[in-house]
Amino acid sequence: MDGDDRLYDRTPGVEDEEPTANFLSYTTGFGLAVLLTIASFVVAQTDLLWAPGVAVGLVVLAFAQIGVHLVFFLHIGTGPDHTNNIVALAFGLLIVLLVIGGSCWIIANLNANMMPM
Amino acid sequence: MLGKLSWAAIPLAQPLPLYAMGVVGIVILAVLGVVTRNGWWPYLWREWLTSVDHKRIGVMYMALALVMLLRGFSDAIMMRSQQAIAVGGAQGYLPPDHYDQIFSAHGTIMIFFVAMPFVVGLMNFVVPLQLGVRDVAFPVLNSVSFWLTASGALLVNASLVIGNFARTGWMGYPPLSELAYSPDVGVDYYLWPLQISGVGTLFAGINMVTTILKLRAPGMTYFRMPVFCWSALTSSILMVVAFPILTATFAMLLLDRYLGMHFFTNDGGGNVMMYVNLFWAWGHPEVYILILPAFGVFSEVIATFSGKPLFSYRSMVLALLAICVLSFMVWLHHFFTMGAGADVNAFFGIMSMIIGVPTGVKVFNWLFTLFRGRVVYRTPVLFAIGFMVTFVIGGMTGVLLAVPPVDFVLHNSVFLVAHFHNVIIGGVLFGAFAGYNYWFPKAFGFTLDERWGKASFWCWLTGFYLAFMPLYALGLKGMTRRLQHIADPGWQPWLLVAELGAIVIFCGILCQVAQLYVSIRTWKDRRDPTGDPWNGRTLEWATSSPPPAYNFAVLPKVETIDAFWDMKRKGLGAAEPAYEAIEMPRNSPIGFVIAFFAVAAGFSLIWQIWWLVILGLLAIVGVVLVFGWSEDREREITAEEMARKERARRQEQARWRPGQAT
Amino acid sequence: MTIGTIEAVGPELVRGRGGGGPASTRTVVAYGFWIFILSDITMFSALFAAYAVLSGRTAGGPTAGELINLSHVFLETMCLLVSSYTCGLGALSAERRQRDRFLAFAALTFMLGAAFLFIEIWDFAAMVRMGAGPSRSAFLSAFFALVGMHGAHVTSGLVWLVYMAAQAAAKGLRPRVLRRLLCFSLFWHALDIVWVGVLTLVYLIGAR
Repeated sequence: MDGDDRLYDRTPGVEDEEPTANFLSYTTGFGLAVLLTIASFVVAQTDLLWAPGVAVGLVVLAFAQIGVHLVFFLHIGTGPDHTNNIVALAFGLLIVLLVIGGSCWIIANLNANMMPM
Repeated sequence: MLGKLSWAAIPLAQPLPLYAMGVVGIVILAVLGVVTRNGWWPYLWREWLTSVDHKRIGVMYMALALVMLLRGFSDAIMMRSQQAIAVGGAQGYLPPDHYDQIFSAHGTIMIFFVAMPFVVGLMNFVVPLQLGVRDVAFPVLNSVSFWLTASGALLVNASLVIGNFARTGWMGYPPLSELAYSPDVGVDYYLWPLQISGVGTLFAGINMVTTILKLRAPGMTYFRMPVFCWSALTSSILMVVAFPILTATFAMLLLDRYLGMHFFTNDGGGNVMMYVNLFWAWGHPEVYILILPAFGVFSEVIATFSGKPLFSYRSMVLALLAICVLSFMVWLHHFFTMGAGADVNAFFGIMSMIIGVPTGVKVFNWLFTLFRGRVVYRTPVLFAIGFMVTFVIGGMTGVLLAVPPVDFVLHNSVFLVAHFHNVIIGGVLFGAFAGYNYWFPKAFGFTLDERWGKASFWCWLTGFYLAFMPLYALGLKGMTRRLQHIADPGWQPWLLVAELGAIVIFCGILCQVAQLYVSIRTWKDRRDPTGDPWNGRTLEWATSSPPPAYNFAVLPKVETIDAFWDMKRKGLGAAEPAYEAIEMPRNSPIGFVIAFFAVAAGFSLIWQIWWLVILGLLAIVGVVLVFGWSEDREREITAEEMARKERARRQEQARWRPGQAT
Repeated sequence: MTIGTIEAVGPELVRGRGGGGPASTRTVVAYGFWIFILSDITMFSALFAAYAVLSGRTAGGPTAGELINLSHVFLETMCLLVSSYTCGLGALSAERRQRDRFLAFAALTFMLGAAFLFIEIWDFAAMVRMGAGPSRSAFLSAFFALVGMHGAHVTSGLVWLVYMAAQAAAKGLRPRVLRRLLCFSLFWHALDIVWVGVLTLVYLIGAR
């Protein structure tokens, strides 16, 4: 029951057969994440960018950093042995977007129809 | 020392709850007395309370559901009676304060402690057997899930004797549920037990998803799984992603009530509608969590009793997946009238109509399965046919309500009440009863009495229509829900018919009690020696009734859909396989112990007995850490032991079905 | 890479997916925990939604711009990010059965996580002292709930880490301990992912 089927069916976080590949993976990921973090802080505080675009830029940077975490730290790939993981992730992402986006849209709509306080 | 708890919490001034609890208390003491006198405690502890076997846990879930059905139904008949009597000048026998608690408790108990446990129990019992494996992915977690659900049920019922229940309805909308308008413990008796059982449900969902996706018999690809397993998968996925929303929402309301925060208060910038929004973002997937396994039950029952494979397996699966995704895109239809603009209402209205389409596909598939089949009219099939008629009517009223302008007239009227009871009773409850009758022989080794089963079906069907069809008419006439007193005497004839319906349903329940009693008394005459009383199609029927703890001595090799039907056709399994020793998980008291401390912590959170809260929570953490340190988790079943059991089973089967041994 | 091998074998016979039979315990445990993470993300999304909706409702009290100290937030972020890195290196050491290196990385991860919490609690206490506690306004309730829930997860993670280090030290890096470490890594990395969301939505966008 506890046989090694890592070759066939991967779950997130499981380390690869070649440890050096993984050490590189973690270090690259860490480096990228640091860069993205610094970039986010800079973008948030700079006056050089058009103001409404900053929020969008920050969101994009956030998604990029989450992607870095998923790929480099959690070793999520796109091979067939990762299908279950990707589907779960995609579904989760859909739900998050529906809950947050849906709530914002609905409540904004409701608030717009409230009497002036 | 004891927080808000004092002797005043016991409702000595209100006779009704006291009498009710008195009766229940006597029954409980009687049962405990019988168990003690017969020395059954060691057996119960060893075989049931500490069991991590999915079959035992499934049975316990369903037993909880059936007992809670009695409690929820007594609330229902009390409400019906009050509404039938309290018309015009008459005041009825339930004061408003009490009536409000009854309808709140009725909804809470029926959804969380009847429908959910029944559905989870059926999935627990059946899915590993249908997948051809030995247990779920996390057996100990399974036990913990059940006991947390039972803890929640116990705490909600404690509100009858100590304190009072919420008066807000089962949804607990603020600002009524906020501290300013519900200063007593009622809403806390609603929130904390549901938080506790919500954790249990979440774990059950995680368990089931992992089991179905990662633990299947060799050869069982996704499209060879029985449809019930697909319905269990989609339902469990919804449990995993929807219940955390409820947990967060209740947590925010609790933070408002306990720490004076302002999520949903009128002052401090709170937004009351955000509660409603988040509640229904959970609430709509919840109803699909309930109905999808019922659909799965009907797929199994109809295919088996028609003697035909299910019509269009793939479209059934696609319909389930579509419903799973769409269920997260319709939730605003529960509050069309609460101030959203036309664009938002239109979007959610259209989505709510679209979600009816996959269900329609399923109904046609069931009809096509029955068509030209050699239908055997046993109790499960009667419930299936009753479901199809009843659920379709309920679904159609749902599509009607999905039209926002119509909903503006009918929102929160008894038309709505009739609609959701139509789909829940016609769908979930009939599915539960069909599954109960269908799989009972597998669980216990003898079938249920057919006559009493059919009688219960006819009573439930007739009773349902009598009880709820008048409510559709009344809703159109303008009667709102949750009325303790009816002003218009013209409505009384309808309400009297509804009361009659409740009484007929009560007869249905009595028939079910009789069915169980008679079946147990005559069990030897209705034994199921082959393990396959209905000439089934799926793998659970390949085991003995009841199955051994390990389900399958050797995991079956699956080659098609309806694997067992295929095995019977090909005469597979006639040769004896080579047995190997296996490891099964040992029983564990951790579920029961965690539940004990969860009840203590929950009760003390409700009554704000802070030292007991800390003790209870620390104890739970401590128990988990201690359990996590243990090593001796599994026991070995030797090849000889399995060979012995299997040979006995084969001999029995060969006697009853020569040439069809499996 | 292994992808070629899988195609040759065919999806029918892959363990734990397709028709290969039940997956190994390690796969089952890790996938189950991944699904649990999914549920936790959904819970956070409800809190995010509440924050998004309530972030402007300050009831005349302090706003995000007035309260946020971005240098503290940067420190917190770096602490958590580095702790994710050390957690990953610890996981690698554990896989290679290098117990002492694992314990060293675990200690580093713990200290960085504790530093994160220290800064966060310091800031919370300061806010409460100046009258910007969670009961001041809806915005502050949502802020404290979202950030506080993340902090509570970090706290439980630290408790869990100590427990895992104790198990590794006492029992060695046997399969059951390794499976749990796998779950812990998943948890810790997921917390960093949630923090990216909190950082962006609450602090970076909120502070403008």
